[in-house]
Amino acid sequence: MDVLNVEYMLGLVPVLLRYLPLTLQLAGIGMVFALILACLFAVVRVLRIPVLNQLTIVFISFFRGTPLLVQLFLFYYGLPQLFSALTVIDGITATIMGLTMHFAAYMAESIRAAIVGVDRSQTEAALSIGMTNGQLMRRIVLPQATRVALPTLMNYFIDMIKATSLAFTLGVTELMGATQKEAAGSFLYFEAFIVAAIMYWIVVEILSKLQNYLEIRLNKAYSR
Amino acid sequence: MIKLTSLSKHFGDTVVLDEIDLTIEQGEIVVIIGPSGTGKSTLLRCINFLEDPTSGTISVGNLSVDAKRASRKDILAMRRQTAFVFQNYALFANKTAIENIAERLLVVDKWPKEKALKKAREILAKIGLDEKADAYPASMSGGQQQRVAIGRAMAAGAEVILFDEPTSSLDPEWVEEVLGLMKQLAAERQTMLVVTHEMSFARDVADRVIFVEGGRIVEQGPPSEIFQNPKDPRTKDFLKKILATNPAIPNHS
Repeated sequence: MDVLNVEYMLGLVPVLLRYLPLTLQLAGIGMVFALILACLFAVVRVLRIPVLNQLTIVFISFFRGTPLLVQLFLFYYGLPQLFSALTVIDGITATIMGLTMHFAAYMAESIRAAIVGVDRSQTEAALSIGMTNGQLMRRIVLPQATRVALPTLMNYFIDMIKATSLAFTLGVTELMGATQKEAAGSFLYFEAFIVAAIMYWIVVEILSKLQNYLEIRLNKAYSR
Repeated sequence: MIKLTSLSKHFGDTVVLDEIDLTIEQGEIVVIIGPSGTGKSTLLRCINFLEDPTSGTISVGNLSVDAKRASRKDILAMRRQTAFVFQNYALFANKTAIENIAERLLVVDKWPKEKALKKAREILAKIGLDEKADAYPASMSGGQQQRVAIGRAMAAGAEVILFDEPTSSLDPEWVEEVLGLMKQLAAERQTMLVVTHEMSFARDVADRVIFVEGGRIVEQGPPSEIFQNPKDPRTKDFLKKILATNPAIPNHS
């Protein structure tokens, strides 16, 4: 076994760091859209809004039931074939669309469970003072459900950050794509990918710390 | 003034409220007593539309709603005319005491934040909990939580406050402070409709006591009359049972 080329690895760090922002953007934007979509889905499911409820069930079933990579290829290669206007979809857009819908499908279910878990008396109290359904969701139920759903939602976010690496298959040069190119040029595959792996790992660790902090903050109202 | 006309509530084939007629004057304190499961809570919940009445009319202030034709708008308007105090307090767990009281003013009445908080602070002072303004419900005793819940109902400026067994889930040590606050409200002639098993409260505070059984009003009158001289055998029977466990009331008959 050859000795690791540490010098190469250290030199690679600043090179790959330039692509980290794109990875974080893909995940960040994907997460924001996925959260919005998941909340809408969850509310539709909880209130059993006719038609929308059935559509949501099919949507969730499809995006949970098929691989993310297949979905990305559908958005990137498949849609432009059907609708020529969609040829403007680039790899970054297709990745964000795929991540959004895939993770929204998962998160909708955990948000729905958290909403259902909020005590019925909270809803009744909100109704009794004359709040509309929208107001009681926004001000009372969702904030309480957030606390319950937070740990699983953070898990999905962590998963999403790692899933951005699939974007390289759509020709997006994010952290994974850049690593692939560097490795192909130097033939030092192990060194290149271990540097990339450590970068993902550090990002995820920072997020875990953030999760702890948020959980403590959200639990403030519930401790004696 | 509140006026219920032939108010009925059916759960499937079960008749829980059977054509209730009831008029409550402004400033009147009415206590509803009766055995468990006879529709007392359902009556309050129907007035607040937490349950949809099956038929009948509810009038509160200038607002009159026919149960069979109640629109979403009617229901919201009726809820805003009536305030509800729950047996289990039901304070918003994600909000502090002051936020619980201000919530309705902010969200439903669309008051500016400063004005709503000022009003909420006045109410906190009135219920004797200024120092708990920023406490969350989980850190308060049952008695304190129920007082904040009453404060939340006071903030509504509603025509009537509906109390659904407000002391039933409290530890005995907290019952007095909650009853004390209710007495204070009664002294200010806040219109109140109270379902309770606290017979001493009924005797001391109520203008009128209503005995409900089987979804119907069996007997009503001033507390002295109901407690000293009940006419209906069902009322006599109920009072005999409840007074056996509630020595606070001098024995009738």
